[in-house]
Amino acid sequence: MSTPTLQENLPGNESASTVKWVSLTLAAIVLWFVLYSQLIPFSRWLTGLLPIEAGSHLYEAVAFFTYDTPKVIMLLSLIVFLMGIVRSFFSPERTRAILAGKREGVGNVLAACLGIVTPFCSCSAVPLFIGFVSAGVPLGVTFSFLIAAPMVNEVALGLLFGLVGWKIALTYLLFGLGVAIVAGWVIGRLKLEGWLEEWVLNIRSGAADIPDEKLTVIDRIKEGLEAVRDIVGRVWIWIILGIAAGAAIHGYVPADLMARIMGRDEWWTVPAAVVIGIPMYSNAAGIIPVVEALIGKGAALGTVLAFMMSVIALSLPEMIILRKVLTVRLIAVFAGVVGTGILAVGFLFNALF
Amino acid sequence: MKNVKVLGPGCKRCDALVRMVEEEAAAANIPVAVEKVTDYAEIAQYGVASTPGLVIDGNVVHAGGLPKAENIRQWLAA
Repeated sequence: MSTPTLQENLPGNESASTVKWVSLTLAAIVLWFVLYSQLIPFSRWLTGLLPIEAGSHLYEAVAFFTYDTPKVIMLLSLIVFLMGIVRSFFSPERTRAILAGKREGVGNVLAACLGIVTPFCSCSAVPLFIGFVSAGVPLGVTFSFLIAAPMVNEVALGLLFGLVGWKIALTYLLFGLGVAIVAGWVIGRLKLEGWLEEWVLNIRSGAADIPDEKLTVIDRIKEGLEAVRDIVGRVWIWIILGIAAGAAIHGYVPADLMARIMGRDEWWTVPAAVVIGIPMYSNAAGIIPVVEALIGKGAALGTVLAFMMSVIALSLPEMIILRKVLTVRLIAVFAGVVGTGILAVGFLFNALF
Repeated sequence: MKNVKVLGPGCKRCDALVRMVEEEAAAANIPVAVEKVTDYAEIAQYGVASTPGLVIDGNVVHAGGLPKAENIRQWLAA
């Protein structure tokens, strides 16, 4: 979290309420940690109340569910809140100004990283695409941004961190960025500007000069809370469904079944995971609890990562939205390049670990 | 009469911004003509990269997410 600098000529009552907001926020975060540390006793207590024999399949499933659900929702809320504050310092317009005229290579790396922190919603994908390209951001750099923004997001990272551990969350972050950087760079090298829809090429608007809106510390905290309300409010049902599916896998699927069908010995499992993943449209919230359970049952990490990336990064609805600005040929190249990158990650992981 | 345009393909936030502008204008007694711009090509002409965007009398004053109500009031009064 950033340390806010107070403006010197702030009226007295405003700085007083800033202090109030900041201290309430800090108190809430402390309370969060206290509650979080009590989750294991809480889930034991809750599961113990039910008339289920300890050690049975049902008991395992219920214990998994009552521990993971509050844990994941709490973790996600905290991460989304902090990310909401970070994002209040960025905007697509500012990101565009940073990326405009950047060389490929450096531009691709920068675009992928900015994709994580720039606020972006999929309904803005088309205006963002045109806004970037018409203001002089190279096509490949724009693609690096558009691949990273949905793939490496706070929901995916928060859930992976909470359910599977920080090592896999970090791995996902690095390889997600890697796929976005390399795929964007490759698309840039292919020089496919002519494959944009014609009307996009004719737009020569440049960038609007939008005056900065001054945000106070309180505004930023409010943006964090708004992000929690919006994102957690939208995905909690998927988390619960995902964890319920994960709980069923935990309790009932035999431990070696996944090792047999999604194990690393079978080379075709990675491409199969990507092909199955593309038409599946789920957000990170629904898919990651299932992924966690699959890993627990012996599925190979590379196969699971490839599946997760293709579900999140290559979605049919997004391609349909982008069809307004890209020709079918360009969408096919986009899906092909990103899919190849995901395949490479999957194979690499299965070979290394 | 202020000429207000809300740029956006028609997501929830774009509609919310239209309502906010109308409410603020009514509260401040400023006559406005609010127009929704949903065509991507036309949105692009304004040079914004995120929606909803807000254009008042031809000037882009805001892009991306919902602005604060008090800012809308200031822009309308300016």
